[in-house]
Amino acid sequence: MASGKEIRTKIKSVQNTRKITKAMEMVAASKMRKAQERMRSARPYAEKIRRLAANLSQANVTDYKHPFLVRKDEIRRVGLILVTTDKGLCGGLNTNIQRIALTAMKEWETSGVTEIRACCIGNKGLGFMQRMGARVASQVTQLGDTPHLEKMIGPVKIMLDAFQNGELDAVYIAYTRFINTMKQEPVLEQLLPLTGEKLGTPETSWDYLYEPDPQVVIDEMLVRYVEALVYQAVAENMASEQSARMVAMKAASDNAKNVIGELQLVYNKTRQAAITKELSEIVGGAAAV
Amino acid sequence: MAMTVHVDVVSAEEQIFSGLAEFVALPGEAGELGILPGHMPLLTRIRPGAVRVKVPNQDAEELVFVAGGILEVQPGLVTVLADTAIRGADLDEAKALEAKRLAEEALHNQSSKIDYAKAQAELAEAIAQIAAIQKLRKRGH
Repeated sequence: MASGKEIRTKIKSVQNTRKITKAMEMVAASKMRKAQERMRSARPYAEKIRRLAANLSQANVTDYKHPFLVRKDEIRRVGLILVTTDKGLCGGLNTNIQRIALTAMKEWETSGVTEIRACCIGNKGLGFMQRMGARVASQVTQLGDTPHLEKMIGPVKIMLDAFQNGELDAVYIAYTRFINTMKQEPVLEQLLPLTGEKLGTPETSWDYLYEPDPQVVIDEMLVRYVEALVYQAVAENMASEQSARMVAMKAASDNAKNVIGELQLVYNKTRQAAITKELSEIVGGAAAV
Repeated sequence: MAMTVHVDVVSAEEQIFSGLAEFVALPGEAGELGILPGHMPLLTRIRPGAVRVKVPNQDAEELVFVAGGILEVQPGLVTVLADTAIRGADLDEAKALEAKRLAEEALHNQSSKIDYAKAQAELAEAIAQIAAIQKLRKRGH
């Protein structure tokens, strides 16, 4: 059995670990609230631009059909936007999303997809894609705690341009959807071409007056729409990250507490054993005299 | 009571203004636009500048600065989808190139990353060995 001193040091070290996990839990809890707030404040824009896009996709003002709305019969080249976190220690969040991405990539390969291009948002996904040897076309990391649309314009544009030039037949996005604090769900969604079900049915049928001309406005609006979708995904991912981290750190703190309890028990037993031994030695010694 | 129209000014990151207004003025693509209730449906780009909203029963106009965006006018509803950043074809292109460059750079540094992973694996192995030796020693005593 280990000596008392050894157990004491061990308890001390577990206590220190617990202090850290506890602190991380509280930091994550406060960041989570803000992240959820940001996720919600992004919704009005997403909702409005979705409605607008739905209206426009149905309105046949001109013969002009934007490439984002054109469905390809054959999917040969696929783009994947993988949204992950920059930092670890958030439970199985990144592993789950990577698994989904991997399954999808395998499926694509068996169904005849010849090229997969990845766009990585977040450090963990980037590392994963590089380990996999996938072709990373663009990336953005170190987003910090506040997602800014500005940072995502560039990487997303590369995918959009590739799609528009016909280099890609479809673009997907994988991220972790925030359901509630305890539950986050990894999802893979089709981003391009824009599907009717995602847009919903338009509730109105009036025609707009376009300035300067329909094509320019529709082009710009659809790009904004896709960016808003990506932004929403990133915002949800961040809320998920903080919640997952909070839960993971809470579990770690609880585990540390249990370990401390067990170690304390062992320590007390050892101490008692030592005292008993000493006493019996003294008694034995006295009896011998 | 004066006629009013519902106005929403939203950006991808937040809701900036929402409420009734008697009059909205903003910098449109083709020139300054003034929108009164009952305006016909309109869809246009807007340039960076100030959106002025005349709120009923309030002397001062609400001022919102936008970095460009899209204006949508429906019967009874005016929506300004504001950009959070100054946009432009050149600026977007520069951002795209930057993202591409980062990806390529990361690709070139890949070997060092693999070495790092390898080192980590070796370290884990060494730690396991030390732990095993320590256990054996304890048992020996």
